[in-house]
Amino acid sequence: MTSSLHLWLIPLVPFAGFLVNGLLGRRLPKWLVTTVAWVATLIPFLQVLNIVLHYSSLTLPYTENVGTWITAGGFHADFAFAFDQLTLIMLLVVTGVGFLIHLYSAGYMAHEEGYWRFFAYLNLFMFFMLTLVLAENFLLMFVGWEGVGLASYLLIGFYFTRDSAAKAGIKAFVVNRIGDFGFLLAMFLLIAHFGTLSFGQIFTQVAQHPELQGGFLTAVALFLILGATGKSAQIPLYVWLPDAMEGPTPVSALIHAATMVTAGVYMVARTHLIFDRSPFALTTLAIIGAATALFAATIGLVQTDIKRVLAYSTVSQLGYMFLACGVAAYSSGIFHLLTHAFFKALLFLGAGSVIHSLSGEQDMRVMGGLRKKIPITFWTMTMAVLAICGIPPFAGFFSKDEILYQAFVSPGPVGKIVWFVGLFTAGLTAFYMFRLWYLTFFGESRAPETTHDDHGHEHAHGVHESPWIMLGPLVILAILSVIGGWVGVPEAMGGHAEITHFLAPVTQPVGEAAEGSNSQELLLAAVSVACVAIGWFLAHLMYFAKPELPAQLAAKVRGLYTLLLHKYWVDELYGALIVTPILLLSRYVLKGLLDTGVITGGGLVLGYSAQGIGSLVQRIQSGNIRSYAGWLAIGAAALLLLTYFGFGTHLSF
Amino acid sequence: MVVPIAYYLVLSAILFSIGVAAFLMKRNIITIFMSIELMLNAVNLTFVAFAHRWHQVSGQIFVFFVMVVAAAEAAVGLAIIIALFRTRSTLNVDQVDLMKL
Repeated sequence: MTSSLHLWLIPLVPFAGFLVNGLLGRRLPKWLVTTVAWVATLIPFLQVLNIVLHYSSLTLPYTENVGTWITAGGFHADFAFAFDQLTLIMLLVVTGVGFLIHLYSAGYMAHEEGYWRFFAYLNLFMFFMLTLVLAENFLLMFVGWEGVGLASYLLIGFYFTRDSAAKAGIKAFVVNRIGDFGFLLAMFLLIAHFGTLSFGQIFTQVAQHPELQGGFLTAVALFLILGATGKSAQIPLYVWLPDAMEGPTPVSALIHAATMVTAGVYMVARTHLIFDRSPFALTTLAIIGAATALFAATIGLVQTDIKRVLAYSTVSQLGYMFLACGVAAYSSGIFHLLTHAFFKALLFLGAGSVIHSLSGEQDMRVMGGLRKKIPITFWTMTMAVLAICGIPPFAGFFSKDEILYQAFVSPGPVGKIVWFVGLFTAGLTAFYMFRLWYLTFFGESRAPETTHDDHGHEHAHGVHESPWIMLGPLVILAILSVIGGWVGVPEAMGGHAEITHFLAPVTQPVGEAAEGSNSQELLLAAVSVACVAIGWFLAHLMYFAKPELPAQLAAKVRGLYTLLLHKYWVDELYGALIVTPILLLSRYVLKGLLDTGVITGGGLVLGYSAQGIGSLVQRIQSGNIRSYAGWLAIGAAALLLLTYFGFGTHLSF
Repeated sequence: MVVPIAYYLVLSAILFSIGVAAFLMKRNIITIFMSIELMLNAVNLTFVAFAHRWHQVSGQIFVFFVMVVAAAEAAVGLAIIIALFRTRSTLNVDQVDLMKL
């Protein structure tokens, strides 16, 4: 028996920070706002570390019921928190990376308007994200799920005076609603079938009924996938994430790279017992993941905005995680989630540092030659680039190869196909990441003489390295990007795959695991490294050795280049197929016909008819008492006559 | 000798009609007030007549209620009439028509 872990404190402390900064922040000095936000994030992190220290004495899974939330008929939902191996990894990522990004933000946002508002939102995000991770039932998870969406909306639209930022926030919110709709339907199905939303109870019931295969569980799983595609920016709902880059860069790092967008992967891993029963849903998941990985990577090849490249790379990497879940290698997905949180947060923070040093410039075409000017940013970014490309022994290599290997050996019908797509995408990833690297840090500076300032920085005084409060988190994340993968070195390479064994109690799929041989695994790793090397070589050739080559190539395959540059016109397609019809429907049918016609018109008709009748009837209201009495007498006489002569039987008294 | 109930009813109807006619025709508010009392008493007469005819005491009791209400009404009504006379110096109802639109 373990003593109480007080899990409820973990989300509540950031919430307290949000309340303090959100309600009083405007009047507080900056240093106090920063301190409150830092402490509110540091306490949960320390608490998680404390749990790690006492890990060996815990009996897992541990649940903690804080109080009853809803009781309605036979349905029951509690404020219940759960803690197991999966939660622990998520908690470490969210609080650890979250705290580093809070540190970084103090430097990055130092000159921005609404400093207190930014930190209040960040703390609010931490509260909801930790609720999501710790929740013991679908409903509480959904609270966190919606809440991170809200925080994301608020932070994307942080520069709300800029029209594009406000629109991007709305887009993210609306697209996420579609996914949430799937999540809700899945919850309704689960309530209808199991009468509860508690993870423990549902999974116990599922385990007790091995005859439950496909059918109803497929429906639940598909709805959950819809929810996950919304939150984790997968096809078909990925469109909001690139636009979300309108938010401040630390937000992109925390919410749109390291934590929130991985909620979908976490949710799938958490509910994998449902997915295990539905091969169809798993195949769908794998195809969505592989397609998204490839699709986003191809778009990333030609983007010129440094943050957009990273955004598409995030979508692509999330595709890898979905691919892993789709071949029932949930622990590999979570492993990649972990390493991705390190290197992608680092990439975004590094990009933020680059942007900061250039006083707000985000276009890679006018960067270049920054290697000597901002050396620490350069070196930390280099670690991240090597990690994301999957160059051994950096973090991304182990997690990505684990996914590819699992996909290759999976018995599913699409295993080999998604493996190949993943392999190809790895090459693309290497290409576009090294393209970013060369364009930003190598060659000559292509910056025009006057740097324009659209980022709110008021200190445009040449290229400068960022302050240490920003570089510190970069260095820590760089170290993690190097060593983070070592927790999952596969046995084929002399490791022990600790993370897989660690997660096994939670994420071990039901049924026999597909096993390949060690030599096969080594061969696959060699193939993918070769792919990466080709990608790197091409990037080196095109953006370092012969910088005139990309333009020539783009001219040669103009059609393809335009297609990629315009992101396959997906935004335009959605706009034409979905947004425009809905807008037209809203404007003409709902607003024009229903609102103006029926509701306003009906109100006017009622009002004017009352007025008209009133103006007629008011003549009776003469004010002469005797005339009233006369009417009364006439009425009484009429009634008397009616009763006396008995007009009809329905007037019976 | 038993007086037939019709006699009482006819008398009551006559009294009531006189009350109504006076109410409609008279302009002096005090006369109007008296005509209301007349109508009430006409109704009281029918109550008593029926109570006697059917040996039901409830009719008699109802008369007391009507009387009590009439007394209360007289108290309030006379107070209103006095207040009215003080402000408008007239008892003519045709001139008391502020309530009309």
